[in-house]
Formats: sequence, C-alpha cells, structure tokens
Amino acid sequence: MPDARDSILSRLRAAPRGPAPGSDFSVMEDRFFPPEERLARLRKMMEAVSAEFFETTKADWPRFLHGLLVQQGIGSILYGPGSEAGQRLAEEWPEGGARAVAYDRPMDSFKEEMFNGVEAGLTSTLGGIAETGSLILWPSADEPRALSLVPPVHVALLDPDKLHNTFWQAMRALGWSQTQMPANALLVSGPSKTTDIEQTLAYGVHGPKRLIVLITR
Amino acid sequence: MGNFGPAAREALKDGQLRSNFRRAMDGLMSKRAALFADQDEWTRLRALGESIKARALAQLPELLEKLEANCRKNGIQVHWAETTAQANDIILGLLQKRGAKTLVKGKSMVSEEMHLNAFLEGHGIEALETDLGEYVIQLDHEAPSHIIMPAIHKNKQQIARLFSEKIKEAQYTEDVDALTGMARQVLRRKFREADAGLSGVNFAVAETGTLCLVENEGNGRLCTTVPPLHIAVMGLEKVVERLEDVPPLISLLTRSATGQPITTYVNMITSPRRPGEKDGPEEVHLVILDNGRSRSYSDEQLRRTLQCIRCGACMNHCPVYTRVGGHAYNAPYPGPIGKILMPQIEGMEAKGELAHASSLCNACVEVCPVKIPIAELLVRLRTEGAHARADAPVLQPGAERSTAEALAWKMWSRMATSPTAWKMAGTMAGTFDPLMPEAFGPLADWKKGGRTRPRFAKKSLHRLLRDKGVPDA
Ligand code: SF4
Repeated sequence: MPDARDSILSRLRAAPRGPAPGSDFSVMEDRFFPPEERLARLRKMMEAVSAEFFETTKADWPRFLHGLLVQQGIGSILYGPGSEAGQRLAEEWPEGGARAVAYDRPMDSFKEEMFNGVEAGLTSTLGGIAETGSLILWPSADEPRALSLVPPVHVALLDPDKLHNTFWQAMRALGWSQTQMPANALLVSGPSKTTDIEQTLAYGVHGPKRLIVLITR
Repeated sequence: MGNFGPAAREALKDGQLRSNFRRAMDGLMSKRAALFADQDEWTRLRALGESIKARALAQLPELLEKLEANCRKNGIQVHWAETTAQANDIILGLLQKRGAKTLVKGKSMVSEEMHLNAFLEGHGIEALETDLGEYVIQLDHEAPSHIIMPAIHKNKQQIARLFSEKIKEAQYTEDVDALTGMARQVLRRKFREADAGLSGVNFAVAETGTLCLVENEGNGRLCTTVPPLHIAVMGLEKVVERLEDVPPLISLLTRSATGQPITTYVNMITSPRRPGEKDGPEEVHLVILDNGRSRSYSDEQLRRTLQCIRCGACMNHCPVYTRVGGHAYNAPYPGPIGKILMPQIEGMEAKGELAHASSLCNACVEVCPVKIPIAELLVRLRTEGAHARADAPVLQPGAERSTAEALAWKMWSRMATSPTAWKMAGTMAGTFDPLMPEAFGPLADWKKGGRTRPRFAKKSLHRLLRDKGVPDA
C-alpha cells in the first residue's frame, strides 16, 4: 500500500501554485484602549457573560478569598501548592471555614474527589485582554490544567497592571512564538456556557458554573 | 442520485421546523451584524483573514510537513489518512492498542464526515458526543442540522420530551437550566471514566505545532484534558503558518458564527502531559484527513473552498437553508458551504445536485469572513456536473448531464445567434402564448409553489422600440 502521507503530499506538490500573498496586520495593530480604560473594558465584557469581579490587594488576597468563600458558602478550594499563588494560599490560609485542598498528586489518583469533592479551583493568570474580556492562563506542573476546568467554581487572580489591548498584541508582547508553549495554553472569557437548547443561554454546562476574578492591586 | 428535491419539499411542509429555523437564523444574523457594525474594521479584518488562509494554501504541502515535524518534536504523534475509511481505521487502532472501550467526543465535523461513531460502535466502542447539541441529537439518533448548532432544528419541548424518555430518572421539564443540568450530570461521569477523548481542530499552527480549539461549554477541554488518550482529527486545510495568524481568524470565526466577541475558551494544545505534570493526556495524536481535499487543491478555483473556517455564517444567511433546514441536504455540511464542499468530497453523482440548491442570491458571499466566492464555485460545479471531461478535478464529471437539457440549450444557442430565428421565435411566442397550457414540463413545478406562470409579451422589445421610432431596433 502506498504511504498515505507521501501520496497526499505529492498530489499537493503537483498542483499549480502562485506566490504566497502577504498579510496586512494593521487592523490588529491599530486596536488600542488607553491603559486606564483597559480594566473597565475587560470587566464590562466579562460581566456581560456573568463573570464576577472582586477587588483586593496583592498583600491580602488569600485572607480576602477565604472570607469570600465562607460568605458564599463554598466549602473547599483546590490549589497548586508548587505555584507562587499556591504557596501564598497555603501559608496564609486562615483556620476553619473553607478547606484548602492541595493538587499535589496526578489527577488519575484522585479523580473522584476532584469531580465530586472540591467546590472551587484557584489559578493565577498571565494577564488579561481588554478587547474581548479574556484571561490568559498558562498551566504548568505547579498549576495544573484541571484547576480551571473541573471544580464548579473557578477563581482567577488578575494583576490589573498586566492588561493587553488584544489577543494578538498579547501574544506578540509575550513572545509566544519564540518561547516553548505550555502543553495547554488557554484564554478563559467567562464561566462555561451553552445556547444549544433553543438559543437560550445557560451557564455551567460542562466546565465551571461560576468564574470569580480577584483583581489584586 | 441525490434526493435534495423531495427532501426539501417535505421539509417545507413542516411548519414547526420552519419556525424553529426562522427564529434561530434571525437571532444569529442580528447578533453577527451587531459585532461587525464597523464597516472599515470588517473590510480590513476580512481581507486579513482571506490572506492568511490563501497564504497557508499557497504553501500547503510545506506547512503540513512543518506542522508534522513540530508536533512530533512536541510529542504529538501525526497520522495521515487519504480516505475516511483509513482515518477510521487509524483511530480504531489507537483505541484498541490501549484497550479503550469508551470515547468522549468534543464537536468535530470531520468525524461526522467520517461517520466515526457508527464505525466505532460496530467495533464495540462507545463513542459519546458531549457537546450539548451533539448529545441531544445523538440521543435521538439524528444527524446534525447545522455545523455550529447541531440541534438547532429542535425546540425545547422536543428536547424536554427526549430527555424525559432517554435519560434515566429524568423528570419532564422545559426549563433550559434544568435540562442543561441533566446533561451535565450524565456527562460528568462519562468524562471521568472515559478511556479516550476525541476533538476536532479549528487551526493547527505549523510554526509551533499547536492545535487550537474554540468552544463555550468546556466539553472540548474535558475531552482533551481528562482521558489518558487524546485524538484530534482535522481536514488538511486547517493548517496555518504562524501563531499570530490565529487571533484574527478566531475573531472572524466567533463573531461570524454566533455573534460572540470570543468564545468562553480558546484551547491551545502543544503537547501531551510533560514529565512532572499532574494532568493532561499521556498520548496526543493528530489525524490529518484528505478525503478529496487534495483533488480540489489541484484546481486553483476549487481550491478556494479550502479557505473555509467553518463558521456557518453562509448557512445562517441562506434563504434556501433557512426554509428547508439542515437535514434536507443529507450531508454533514449543509447550506452553502455544503453545496460547494459535498460535491467535491463525495462526487457529482452522489452530491452534484446540491450545487443547484441555490438561487445564487450571493447572501453567503457577502458574509463569508474569508471571502470564498461561493456563487462562482456553485456555477463552476454545475458546469462540471454537466460536462464529462477526462482531467476534471471532480469525481464523475458530467454525471448530471441530461440529454433533454443539453438539446434545449443547443436549440437556444442556435436561435440566439441567428437574428432571423430570434425574431421569428419572439413573434411566435407572443402570438401563441395564450394558446399554451397553463402548466407543463418544468413550469408545472414552478406553479406548484403557488406562483403564476410568466407570460410572453404580445409585442417584443424590438417591436416596441421600432414603434417608438428607434432606427436600428
Ligand atoms: S464558506 Fe465562508 S461563511 Fe461558510 S462556513 Fe465557510 S468560512 Fe463560514
């Protein structure tokens, strides 16, 4: 049997071809929001799809988060103990109230608890995107992928000084094509949603039902 | 031969179906229009999108090789399939090697093209759709009727009834949140237990070996994160050159498709689980499918079909699709994109008819975010269907040729090129028109739609002009 790869590629190579056209990216370059307006824009876009925002400080966010979870009746939060945010959380987490659960083993060994036990997951972000209202997530061994996916509530920390105009500009500013991309990079722009039943919007179909963004000043 | 005609006539009688589609399409059109309100931005972004896809196609074999090399470097294994049968076999082999019994699926139109679910079920593997719309139609043993919103033909009463019949312990409810909650409960267990996950690919980046997927529900992320094996399938046209090509295409895609500035998730997969990581699949495979695409690629005009980013805007704006719905096309891709793609994939004999299911009104061309000349391609495919020639870039060229039609056009061309014959025919038509039956031949069909038969004028245009004293008329 001739190799499928070679047959496909040789058919493609045999086709008549012209020179590759250039691309004018000026429409992407032109998109601009003044730095002082970016946070408001991001918030407006994300609140329109039911993301929830709270303001806190870089110094105080673990205690603030603890208080918030208790107040909202959220009993537990999963975190990556190897990440900077995870270390802060572990060190400063007050006694009682909401439980902090360390994501310190491979998922396979505690799928049951992750799917049915913990109520929230904490992640940091690389920053945000004003145009579309999106958070940039960069999961790693220290901050695994499932933190923002499996628990019903996703809590994300956002540094208001790390806001980009657009996805395209963020990708270039952060030099993604030159760095090693993580196994799974993500943009998250709200809680999970669907309109598959009669175009009616419903939240929390498979992923998190709520997305809570903590702005850390 | 196809059966679009009879299927369309049946669909037109279904008032419920027509109102489900009308409402849905109106909603999608106005949401899209609101997001492209800035004409200048739309024009420039669209030109950029078209150039990105054209640039990728101009280097297609090189980019596919580069994609393969970079994926391999990242630990993603790459497989090539000439036909859907080969692709199905590759996937079956991967599943069997791990002893996989259940597969959770994110939305993938290519897997619909492959009829993968039925194939796997024949081999004792459960393939479960997890996109809510896909889940609904799989429960009802139906095919998708729209490439973005597969269950758009159903209203909530129909879905409520279906769930109460098919999901254990489900109570009948028309509450959309409750229905969504039921699906969540059933599928969460499946995600946790599945042996493998399958997804499509929106854009595959040659430069970095990254697979990009957009979605709102999170099922795509679950399928590509939780099971130990992830298989992605894509048509070979999904490759783009650079990472920076992706954001403009995503912007065009999500705005055109559902009128959203962006989807909830943009999922960029570059490798399987790395050493020390706690989640993500141990194996990631990419299956690249041809299935007729390289044949279309051999022709510079038909090649433009491969620019498509599967946004569905053409169907949302199509007056034919809106009235007959997706199932009448009996094809994984319905609407304008289906009318140009299906004849190229499956051949003129099986699907050539679809190229005629259009009034060439151009609505699709105006909204296509990558400027595919759909109307021109429809005309081209009609021509290929009518003329057999040895080196045609389609299967079964000429399969649609009808002797009567060919004869009629021949007579027409004789008449139209001879002034004497033309004048005589005009005079005769005007004189004998009142004597002609109300409906015969193709006019019978025309009249069935409740229209009145067009009449020949008593006096021809030439005659009228001469009467007005125009000298050369
Ligand atoms: S042909 Fe154009 S409008 Fe239709 S699905 Fe493809 S990209 Fe969208």
